[in-house]
Amino acid sequence: MAKGISRRRFLGRSGALLGCSAAAFPLMSSITLAAAPGENRLVVIILRGGMDGLDVVRPMGDKNYITLRRGLLKDAKPGAFDLDGFYALNPGFSDLMPLWQAGELAFAQAVSTPYRDKRSHFDGQDILEAGTGLDVPDGRTRDGWLNRMLQSVPGLTAKTAFAVGRDELQILDGSAPVLNWAPSTRLDISPASRALLELIYRDDPLFRAAGTEAMDLAEALDVNAMIGEDGQTVTPASMEMMNDRAAKKADGPDQLAAFTAARLLEETRIASFSIGGWDTHQNQANGLKRGAKQLQSALLTLRRDLGPVWGKTTVLAMTEFGRSARENGTGGTDHGTGGLMVMAGGALAGAKVHGLWPGLRNRDLYAGRDLLPGTDVRAYAAWAIRNLYGLDKSLLESAIFPNLDMGRDPGILA
Amino acid sequence: MIQKPNYTAIRFGMGFAPDAPVARDENALLEQLRLPDYAADMFPVTGFRGRAELALAFVQARLNNRAQKTAAAKERFQETVKSLRNVRQNDQLNTMARSIYGAHGFRERLVMFWADHFTTRAKRTVTEGMVSTYINEAIRPNITGNFGDLVQAAILHPVMLDYLDQSASVGPNSDFGKTKRRGLNENLARELLELHTLGVDGAYTQIDVRQLAELLTGVAGSLKTNLNFNRRRAEPGAETVLGKSYGGWKPKIGDITAVLQDLAVHPDTANHIARKLAVHFITDDPDPDMIAKMTRAFSDTGGNLMAVYQAMLTHDRAWLDFGAKVKRPDEYIFSAIRALDVRPETLLGMNRKNISRLLLGPMALMDQPFQQPRGPDGWPEKAGAWLAPQSLAGRIQWAMAAPRAFRRSNLDPREFVKTALGDVAGKSVLFAAQAAESKWEGIGLILASPDFNRR
Repeated sequence: MAKGISRRRFLGRSGALLGCSAAAFPLMSSITLAAAPGENRLVVIILRGGMDGLDVVRPMGDKNYITLRRGLLKDAKPGAFDLDGFYALNPGFSDLMPLWQAGELAFAQAVSTPYRDKRSHFDGQDILEAGTGLDVPDGRTRDGWLNRMLQSVPGLTAKTAFAVGRDELQILDGSAPVLNWAPSTRLDISPASRALLELIYRDDPLFRAAGTEAMDLAEALDVNAMIGEDGQTVTPASMEMMNDRAAKKADGPDQLAAFTAARLLEETRIASFSIGGWDTHQNQANGLKRGAKQLQSALLTLRRDLGPVWGKTTVLAMTEFGRSARENGTGGTDHGTGGLMVMAGGALAGAKVHGLWPGLRNRDLYAGRDLLPGTDVRAYAAWAIRNLYGLDKSLLESAIFPNLDMGRDPGILA
Repeated sequence: MIQKPNYTAIRFGMGFAPDAPVARDENALLEQLRLPDYAADMFPVTGFRGRAELALAFVQARLNNRAQKTAAAKERFQETVKSLRNVRQNDQLNTMARSIYGAHGFRERLVMFWADHFTTRAKRTVTEGMVSTYINEAIRPNITGNFGDLVQAAILHPVMLDYLDQSASVGPNSDFGKTKRRGLNENLARELLELHTLGVDGAYTQIDVRQLAELLTGVAGSLKTNLNFNRRRAEPGAETVLGKSYGGWKPKIGDITAVLQDLAVHPDTANHIARKLAVHFITDDPDPDMIAKMTRAFSDTGGNLMAVYQAMLTHDRAWLDFGAKVKRPDEYIFSAIRALDVRPETLLGMNRKNISRLLLGPMALMDQPFQQPRGPDGWPEKAGAWLAPQSLAGRIQWAMAAPRAFRRSNLDPREFVKTALGDVAGKSVLFAAQAAESKWEGIGLILASPDFNRR
């Protein structure tokens, strides 16, 4: 049965969540249903694996770049996908050019978190999502910065924020309520079994919280009803299970984006998901093409599905670190420091590459090998939050991003 | 008071199975590891050599097909694709069967632990399914000896050398590097220090990573000869890793095995491994005294793993706080199949569709796609990491749906709750077992309970 379904879509286009009553969405009994805090949407995409920013937004105007990246640039055509005369976009991202032209795409080059030197993916991602500085020891993080932002904003509720997909999203971990779901999830359970399961989970806080949310969301999102290839509703045989290919497909980046967009059209205002596969040690030309396709497809899906709401949307895509300035001996790059942040959305004042270009002469490099970070990547996130939700600068520089100096407003939003 | 056999079966094993003997205590668990590995004989997995021959046949058939473009060449090519797929499937099922039916539950759990510590993943068609082979020959035979030998077997296995790009890394000043303009890839060197030995808090720097990467050049996995050391690809000259100099102008594989053995007994490695074992088996926040004793056992014996296991199992804290950990999805499914008394013939006889629908798909929906970890750091340990609503939904869905697909005959949940949970069944789950609307729903509720999911 599952084979016949190529596009999994949730029923309830009229808005299973939007305006649903507390009875249809029992989770609401425990969470205040307040008005959504304004209309602005923020989506944070974590790019796991360390995206090579130097290969995504290529500083073609720097002759040292050409020298350091001879192999990776062997097919680059002069002038192709030029952004601003200095930078050019990697051809794998060419479908994003219309967004650039429309002012809905921007970048920040040579950015990083405060993480330095050990170049571990896992600590790097922890620090990126924690939003902390070096005052917190590597790898021992507390909650995530998006969650701390939620804690700081009055009028935000559980449905305001959604963690989407199957990767852990520490960025949304913390005491503020957040919903979690993956588009592939199915849950068929009879009312009687549900009642018994609630009893069984009652004294186990972890299982109780996860189980209640799972059963509530499965009901509210009507996840077991799907639309088949022919557009007809398919009622799954109650005990059918998904095969592994279908499961993988159902959680692909475009599906994560489609699910996110559907929530953002309802009451959700803040969402996060991640896209992996950026760890291009070998044959980067191919690896990056694959990543580009995924990120591009996620952004274009968001834009398409959000329709007019895209104009109120800001997407920030961040990675744990950039990669070595020199290509390595195997057609790839190794772990580095300064990297790239990708911004998209109708709310942007786009068509701009932000950040100070540090240069790529030997003496310009960090530790003699990496792009020198010029700006703390958190500053861009902080300014986005400040302008989207009106949070105080002092709050952003202490509670949300401890010890951050936001500097001057880079003016990323329109 | 929860009796020791509940711990030996569930915390340190793969759970209860009807009529299967249960280890009494720590001595019985250690004794399991001294006995021959019966499960490996009972459920064979293809060795690297045999698997490599199939891969070579596949590569050749693909070349022929591209060159000849004939129906016969195409058919031959498709046959090799099919044989790779069948071998992968059989090897995966046998790998699972060992965990499920193995008489030595502690051995099975240790194999899963070390396979995760030395995570690999197949990256291309020719290596597809080779993770089973890697576990079978690099990990499984080496979990009771010295850690250094385990490190050596895992790191120098062709599947690992391919996974972390070592096979492509070349000394920039080697003959090959100079003529072909090829050079270093740091991937394996970094993860070897960060994940496999010293740990990310260990006393190493970027310079050590770089030096180790240079030292490792020359080794490569090979479909033809398994492990290959090619001096023409090795960086000439000595390298200094953690203050010690290795090798000289004539690179040799002995320089590499020497550094692996040294990294394996580094004090930071002892602490890293002790902590990781305790976190995996006992609790996310282990007792410092237990870590200290395990670390000492490691250091005193030069990394003898039996001594480390013994230090863990003879500590009082090993037998307290039952349920502090949540089973990983693979453990969850394996222990459920074991408790359900599904016959080995049923499991091994499953067709591709059912394997996908009842095992691989559900594991993905519980956030643990089988043999496809997201990164070289392997699977998460924290209970919370496995209990996102979408992951728990995967467990509940499987509990409600899968048992009846595995078993024709009816099970009585009132009996099942006792055979599956021993002393650890709480009041609510006992109640649910007899209050469920149907027997299968009762079984599902038991399997979905924290009582069954915790260890």
